[in-house]
Amino acid sequence: MALIDCRDVSLSYENTIVISGLSFSVNTGDYLCIVGENGSGKSTLIKALLSLKTAVKGSIAVGDGLKKNEIGYIPQQTSAQKDFPASVREVVISGCLNSRGFRPFYTKTERATASENMEKLKIREFKNQSYRELSGGQQQRVLLARALCATKKLLLLDEPVAGLDPIVTNDLYNIIKQINDEGTTIIMVSHDINSAVKYASHILHLQNKPLFFGTKADYIYSAAGKRFLGGDVDA
Amino acid sequence: MLETVWEMMAYPFLVRAVVVGIMVSLCAALLGVSLVLKRYSMIGDGLSHVGFAALAIATAMNAAPLKISIPVVLLSAFLLLRLSENSKIKGDAAIALISSGSLAVGVMVVSISTGMTVDVCNYMFGSILAMSKDDVRLSIVLSVVVLVLYVLFYSRIFAVTFDETFAKATGTKSGMYNMLIALLTAVTIVLGMRLMGALLISSLIVFPSLTSMRVFKSYISVVISSALLSVIFFFIGIVISYIYSTPAGASIVSVNIIGFLIFSAIGLMKRRIRT
Repeated sequence: MALIDCRDVSLSYENTIVISGLSFSVNTGDYLCIVGENGSGKSTLIKALLSLKTAVKGSIAVGDGLKKNEIGYIPQQTSAQKDFPASVREVVISGCLNSRGFRPFYTKTERATASENMEKLKIREFKNQSYRELSGGQQQRVLLARALCATKKLLLLDEPVAGLDPIVTNDLYNIIKQINDEGTTIIMVSHDINSAVKYASHILHLQNKPLFFGTKADYIYSAAGKRFLGGDVDA
Repeated sequence: MLETVWEMMAYPFLVRAVVVGIMVSLCAALLGVSLVLKRYSMIGDGLSHVGFAALAIATAMNAAPLKISIPVVLLSAFLLLRLSENSKIKGDAAIALISSGSLAVGVMVVSISTGMTVDVCNYMFGSILAMSKDDVRLSIVLSVVVLVLYVLFYSRIFAVTFDETFAKATGTKSGMYNMLIALLTAVTIVLGMRLMGALLISSLIVFPSLTSMRVFKSYISVVISSALLSVIFFFIGIVISYIYSTPAGASIVSVNIIGFLIFSAIGLMKRRIRT
């Protein structure tokens, strides 16, 4: 069975239906990019996948042994976080909470997991620095490390490169690709259609109803893809 | 200085005030860090006004003040959170509504029952004479409960404060922890408000954590520093109030203001040096 299976889903935002008739599925190891214009229902779909919202119609099923709390989420940054006093280590290890049950303190294994993930994302040298003093790209890597502490199965990223410069953006895409190559399934919401096409294996193009869902190769030659890409791709 | 402190300790009512004050400052500072970072700083202010109304009603009915006001304030903390989460009235407006509303109710009750006397002034600005032996016992028990719960749930409170959506998405019941923070705050406010005054108690929540954030960079250091600062400032404040016969609440807040300015200056200097 697929990792996530959406069947004929309708979602609403403040009592208005923003997506209807959405069906798609994600398999283990996929790299799905969700693209579409502002207000096309991308963020609402993310909330539904995280079970923060229930579907008006249809069903969202998880399978392959995935539990609801095993979805690592990298949210869009909120303004509250920009001046939050917390060290990198504190932020990363807070990702381990979901596996902890009722124990009040972190165990050695959890500390080791945190430190491993910091190593992997090359943020270990900042581990005692304050999160708010890092650059945008470094902050995103911290949030990625935290998400990896929560799960190795599925990461959900909401516009991870918003506000980053091109070099850092590229770095981040490469890191995400590397995580994907190690077997973690990726679902990413993005405005950046060209990078989406470059890195992803599957594309879901939303415009209140699904315009396209399928593999990247099919997307490039589809009507929706041609219009959105404007014909200038090098994939 | 030390002699003055010894001299103060000879008065049982002062000892009671100091014991309750230290416990309350500690709890308020710990919770304050989360409240300030979650943009809920005014919740303390709102709840203390509700506490004022509850105290006024308790006095009018000749009932024990803490036993009436604690459940009432707990209930309104619960309502306040629900109101700001679910309805069209958003957080800050909900607090403004509840705080001015209950202040009015309190003043009405007081003026009908006893008339505007010294009592009202004491509720508003605090009095170190207010603590009875029973109050001290109850305060200690409740403060210990607040502290223990805070330590047990420390890392979850951190997660919910830092990023509620992530916490919720990975299966932490963030609503429950928000509620926990609000309820612990309510208890702390009620315990401290007769000493500090309904108008001044929220400063214990806001000042120590903001002061610490000027200088410290990690969450744990901010938490520890604000707990220490809060207790130290409280103590200096109460000594000053004894020496110059100024009201305790206002003296403590004044010390907090000075501390905040000093820490802001240190923070600025640290930043200058680094760049």
